[in-house]
Amino acid sequence: MTGPVDTVVSVGSVGARPDGRRRIASRRMLHPGAWWIWATALAAAALRTTNPLLLGLILAVVAHVVMARRTDAPWSRSFGGFLRIGVFVILVRVVFQMLFGVRIDGTTLFSIPSVTLPSWAAGVSLGGPVTLEALIGAACQGLRLAVVIACFGAASSLCSPYRMLRALPSALYEAGVAITVALTFAPQAAIVSRQVREARRLRGRTDRGPAAWLGSAMPVLEGALERSVALAASMDARGYGRRGVTSRRLRRAISATLLLGLCAIAVGAYGLLDDTVPAMLRLPPLMLGAAALTAALVLSGRRLERTRYRADPWSTPEWIVASSGVVALITMIVAGRNGAALEFSVYPLAAPSFLALPTVGILLALLPAQFAPRPALAAPAEFEVAA
Amino acid sequence: MIRFDQVSFTYPDAAAPTLVEVDFTVPEGELCLVVGETGSGKSTLLRAVNGLVPRFSGGLLTGVVSVGGRSTAQVPPRELADVVGMVGQDPAAGFVTDVVEDELAHVMENLGVAPDVMRRRVEDVLDLLGLHDLRSRPLSTLSGGQQQRVAIGAVLTAGPRVLVLDEPTSALDPAAAEEVLAAITRLVHDLGITVLMAEHRLERVVQYADSVVFVPGDGAPVVIGDPSGVLAGSTVVPPVIELGRLAGWSPLPLSVRDARRAAAGLRERLLPLRPPTTPVATDGGLVAEVCGLHATYGSVVALDGIDLEVHAGEVMALMGRNGAGKSTLLNHLVGLRAPQRGAVRVLGAEPHRQSAREVIRAAGLVPQDNGVLLYHDTVAAECVAADRDADLAPGTTRAVLDRLVPGVDQRAHPRDLSEGQRLALALAIVLGAEPALVLLDEPTRGLDYAAKQRLITMLRTLAAEGRAVVLATHDVEVVAAVAHRAVVLADGEVVADGDARDVVVHSPVFAPQIAKVLAPETWMNVDEVREALAALEERS
Repeated sequence: MTGPVDTVVSVGSVGARPDGRRRIASRRMLHPGAWWIWATALAAAALRTTNPLLLGLILAVVAHVVMARRTDAPWSRSFGGFLRIGVFVILVRVVFQMLFGVRIDGTTLFSIPSVTLPSWAAGVSLGGPVTLEALIGAACQGLRLAVVIACFGAASSLCSPYRMLRALPSALYEAGVAITVALTFAPQAAIVSRQVREARRLRGRTDRGPAAWLGSAMPVLEGALERSVALAASMDARGYGRRGVTSRRLRRAISATLLLGLCAIAVGAYGLLDDTVPAMLRLPPLMLGAAALTAALVLSGRRLERTRYRADPWSTPEWIVASSGVVALITMIVAGRNGAALEFSVYPLAAPSFLALPTVGILLALLPAQFAPRPALAAPAEFEVAA
Repeated sequence: MIRFDQVSFTYPDAAAPTLVEVDFTVPEGELCLVVGETGSGKSTLLRAVNGLVPRFSGGLLTGVVSVGGRSTAQVPPRELADVVGMVGQDPAAGFVTDVVEDELAHVMENLGVAPDVMRRRVEDVLDLLGLHDLRSRPLSTLSGGQQQRVAIGAVLTAGPRVLVLDEPTSALDPAAAEEVLAAITRLVHDLGITVLMAEHRLERVVQYADSVVFVPGDGAPVVIGDPSGVLAGSTVVPPVIELGRLAGWSPLPLSVRDARRAAAGLRERLLPLRPPTTPVATDGGLVAEVCGLHATYGSVVALDGIDLEVHAGEVMALMGRNGAGKSTLLNHLVGLRAPQRGAVRVLGAEPHRQSAREVIRAAGLVPQDNGVLLYHDTVAAECVAADRDADLAPGTTRAVLDRLVPGVDQRAHPRDLSEGQRLALALAIVLGAEPALVLLDEPTRGLDYAAKQRLITMLRTLAAEGRAVVLATHDVEVVAAVAHRAVVLADGEVVADGDARDVVVHSPVFAPQIAKVLAPETWMNVDEVREALAALEERS
């Protein structure tokens, strides 16, 4: 079979038919891998700096792309939630700095009574003067984490969890049921919790208070779990994770290799991101991990017979999206090597410096907002403010 | 094709087995109907066909279930995906993907079907089920009937020889149900697929069935046979069969078409009589009032300027397609939603501004899934809690329950009650506070005919007590039996409002079976015909 008939006419347009009904012109979605590479690269770039200007810029870029290219599916509405988690992280970081943080000299705002700790806890301080510099420094570090979270939030609201799952190599497929069930649990719990809240009102109970919360926690958990299990049963009944003919020993060997590979890659990736890690823990684990993963994929490829319906192509838009993220990361690394002040120094406190190279790099990550195909929308486009 | 050989099944922690020595065979190419009350073990029986019971439910299954010659004891459900297509009660709960086409292809991807074959089969199924307009629609935007057809298509692409459907039409409006049933019969007739299907609304499906499996519940033996045979001895029958018995027709008609051909004489006999009129109770006081009500979900308009009055002593049926705004309207009447525009007043007050305690004294709603109202361990505990919630004298709710359905076991877990008993319990909890307005959302879902008859009696009693009853339902037979007034909603607007007989009888979609058989006269239910015939006897 050649080109699908209804795929695209004009990529990225939702046209109206003569009869007034909206027709979805394009079902082309960007390859989920491209979004994840873009988002991960931006997150890695964010990890290399505490400069609030650069962090703010990354956040703005990510938010803009999400607004421009998310669909109207339920999972697309999660970005606001990730932003809220980010704000919470910043607050926690600042409060921790006030209570336990390393004391930094400077303008003292107020003092918290300090506690003298026994000698074995030397190095940990509790209470003491809280300076403006310390708070700003903590807020910037919190912001860095918040931006990383926002990057992953962007990836998960830009591509459907199902398409991501489908793009997974077949060796990881067995984890698929668990992943799908986990991904659907939160939305299911939200639905059930609304039902339970309404039912409480119908019975004439008050809506507030810890007693109400306790009273509804069990039904909500039970209901959401039942729905998730129903989904898992449906997936199973439709042949998800069929084994075909393989021995149990081979299956175990594949799982073990896979796990080893993933661990090694995690260690290597951490090594790459943190400059203080010895060189031995950077490239070698990465290579080991890659080798293990390849072995697992080859073994399981022989084992699981799966095919793809309209496999997501990897073409120009994918290259643009993925490379725009990677370029942002590279400019950040290069700037760091060249001695640019990526770390925002709070003592002495100065205005954060403007860095030309990373700024240009990060702005390039805006390209997906233009070049990624516009997703098909069922309803006329409208963006509600993340509530 | 499907064989149950001495199959017994007990759920974990259950005192008694759900299925006892079930023994039957469904030959290839048959449409076999599974009937019985909710909770009698129908779903359990269906899910045992591909081994979801006991593999996903736990519990102990003895005996042999085999399908296409393969025993479910030896292979897990996923290995049977190419033989059995299983569609659950709530199709949306089983959707894995986002878009119609992907959903159809999902099972084939798992089976490793070659891409070009996949393309072809998806096209075939899109055509077969009339889904081609929907191919790239997000699943979340589909209507109930469309979702059900997509769910059937999603298992059909695997080319199964057996299709198992658990109440495929119970949540659907009459038109969508027709759509789904037409698709199913086509599969049986054209493709020779064996279908095992559970259904409560026999009047919709019995005419298509080749055989019927009757699951009585409580471990009583399962009966299998041809439809008219099994139903002739049964007390639970659709209205056409009841009419056939009344008129003494043999063989008993299963479809409206059969009955119409037999009914020429009956129509003639009834000609001199007029059906009784059911007056709209406008003389009762005004209980609830809705003026210019608008409601939207995101960009979807659910209610678009509704004006409605509900009076004491009347039973009003609220009808309309899935998604026409029925549940939204009910939610407004109990203050679960605040009007975006327009006003809602119950006994002169706006429910969304009242506290929960005040609302339940004015209006009570039994939601579609009445289980959400119940969250205690025993019936007794539910009743005590309901008394406490509404500040009632101890024992009030229990007394109401006994009046509705006598003899419900105090110690039973609400989940273990039959569907009819559970509905009565939910209704008792709502009625304890003596609301002037009683709202029921799809109360007949999952009820057999006997339980429906009890519900009808309950509703008549409520109306006679001077309460206003509003019933959102797809079940035209219940509307024909009990409603004084019918209101039809479409796309958030009131398109018909008036005497139930006038609204219902002349609609090709909403007309009850008796009205279809005896058209153009406007008889609506068997009781009317029975009384008319009795009157004729007396006269002659």
